[in-house]
Amino acid sequence: MSKDYPNDLRYTNDHEWVRINGKIATVGITAYAVEQLGDITLIDLPKEGEKFARGAQLATVESVKAVSDIYAPVSGSVVKVNVPVGDSPEMLNEDCYDEGWIVELEMSNPSEVDQLMTSAQYEKELSDNAH
Amino acid sequence: MTQSPASASPAASSPTGRGPIGTRHLLHQQPAIFEQGTAGRSGASLPPCDVPAVDPAACFGELSRAQPAGLPEVSEVDVTRHFTRLSRWNYAIDIGMYPLGSCTMKYNPKVNERVARMPGFAGLHPAQPLSTLQGALELMYRLEEVLREISGFARVTLQPAAGAHGELCGLMMMRAYHQSQGRHPKKVLIPDSAHGTNPASASLNQFETVAVKTGSDGLLHADAVRAAIAQHPGDIAGIMITNPSTLGLFEEQIAEITQAVHAAGGLVYMDGANFNALLGKVRPGDIGVDCMHFNLHKTFTTPHGGGGPGAGPVGVSARLVPFLPTPTVEKDGDSYRLDWHRPQSIGRMRSFFGNFGMMVRAYTYIREMGGAGLSQATEMAVLNAVYLRARIQDVYPVCSERPSMHEVVVTDKRLKKETGVQTLDVAKRLMDYGFHPPTVYFPLVVPGALMIEPTETESKETLDEFADALLSIAQEAAQNAELVKSAPHGTALRRLDETRAARSPRLRWLPASATPAQKG
Repeated sequence: MSKDYPNDLRYTNDHEWVRINGKIATVGITAYAVEQLGDITLIDLPKEGEKFARGAQLATVESVKAVSDIYAPVSGSVVKVNVPVGDSPEMLNEDCYDEGWIVELEMSNPSEVDQLMTSAQYEKELSDNAH
Repeated sequence: MTQSPASASPAASSPTGRGPIGTRHLLHQQPAIFEQGTAGRSGASLPPCDVPAVDPAACFGELSRAQPAGLPEVSEVDVTRHFTRLSRWNYAIDIGMYPLGSCTMKYNPKVNERVARMPGFAGLHPAQPLSTLQGALELMYRLEEVLREISGFARVTLQPAAGAHGELCGLMMMRAYHQSQGRHPKKVLIPDSAHGTNPASASLNQFETVAVKTGSDGLLHADAVRAAIAQHPGDIAGIMITNPSTLGLFEEQIAEITQAVHAAGGLVYMDGANFNALLGKVRPGDIGVDCMHFNLHKTFTTPHGGGGPGAGPVGVSARLVPFLPTPTVEKDGDSYRLDWHRPQSIGRMRSFFGNFGMMVRAYTYIREMGGAGLSQATEMAVLNAVYLRARIQDVYPVCSERPSMHEVVVTDKRLKKETGVQTLDVAKRLMDYGFHPPTVYFPLVVPGALMIEPTETESKETLDEFADALLSIAQEAAQNAELVKSAPHGTALRRLDETRAARSPRLRWLPASATPAQKG
């Protein structure tokens, strides 16, 4: 299952992933989140320049099943938004790790990354909760 | 135009051999009313106009229409057949079991309708002089009295028009209470097992919501509430707790939770949507709840859904009484009056008196049942849910090992793993068996949830038919998953493309001549 949760990403309990590149953290939602949501119909994105504390509501995603919040995995300000995903939310269903990234945050406290899970830890968390 | 007859009907495998009941309608392809009729056809014969014609443009200028409104031109029989045909596609509690979890779709006794149609009630106008409305005011006064007795609250307002409107009303009173104390706390705690409307109501009142996670047993723990309070010292306006929760579980630590919230200066709002599990057994006012809405259209048998309107009276503890909406109904000797002089009131929540017809029905139900009858109904509602749980839990695992109250939340976990068939497929296939599907994919904390609330209405025979249908669908999934995945088969319309409907909604009819831009 490791390809479902790439090794180069870090993960949160709320099923966001983060790709770190220097001070920039790219944020998306995991394959598990996408599977739970089903067909995604709408995503409400933040604006460039907006600041978020870790754990604050970053975006909202709506599917045929539910409306769910996406939380900021780390603190920072939005430097880039994936505008095409806003227009075609099905990109999240099709490719949640590459084309379906959501925002890029410039981290204000990069040490927060240490508190995120590795892919192995995240997979263990998922299997523990699946009991 | 008719569609081909339903295939793969489960009639043969139906446990009763009766075949489906919920889908037995005529298979008309019914066009929109706008697509029927012909120019000049009319349902009424009006005499020739005997006054001078008026040019709207001359009277109303740019406000007048450039084009005619495009109303349907149809005869009376066209209209009657159109809406009667559509009504036969409908499903209702008078047709069969309606196990929509969290909605308490119980039977609405016909005596309610009879009383609501009595000319002394049905013929009233709300602007009549009060001296001629005494009977209606007495009914409202008495309904408040019985709801106070049932709930243990100091007072009840009947104004709110629905449950979420009651939440809005309750939170407005909570905010007014804090302001009267010179405080402006911003945070409202909301457990992840609360009703979905709760965060919206808090946000509408300019509160900020703080999500509190339930424990692995599905219950809200006082420790988790205390931890959330500790993170926002001095800023707790209150908690909104649904009890029983949306997992169908009684919040066993409710007393400790209310103490912790009160100690932090907050108030306790209880969502009363699941009151059908507590009626005659637990009085929220006795366990420290400050505010709760009742859903007359759930617990007290007034029509629900399309048959509405709803009614969401709100009960409050003594400290919120000054903030109740105006007017309140008061009794002076033998007569009834409205009290408008309540300086700390949040004001009016609803025009006139609220949905008065629903108050008549709910009061009728309460008097018809009596205290012992209401308690017994609660017991039967819980027993029915517990019975269904016992019949299906080996195939559909329950979300929590704690005892179920009035509803049971099960999952597709096992079915999905073994057959690939999911909750949505089960829900669609249930329609072929003649049942309205239960609530699905809610609460969100339970992946693949099926939330089943049978209510006290259903007999053991009906519960068995429903359980047999669920078990039979699981067998079908094992033998022929595609049959379940492509359900429903017996309905006028097959499985709809819900994703496309959500991504590209068409919310109004447009003529064939509409431009692409108009069609969106």
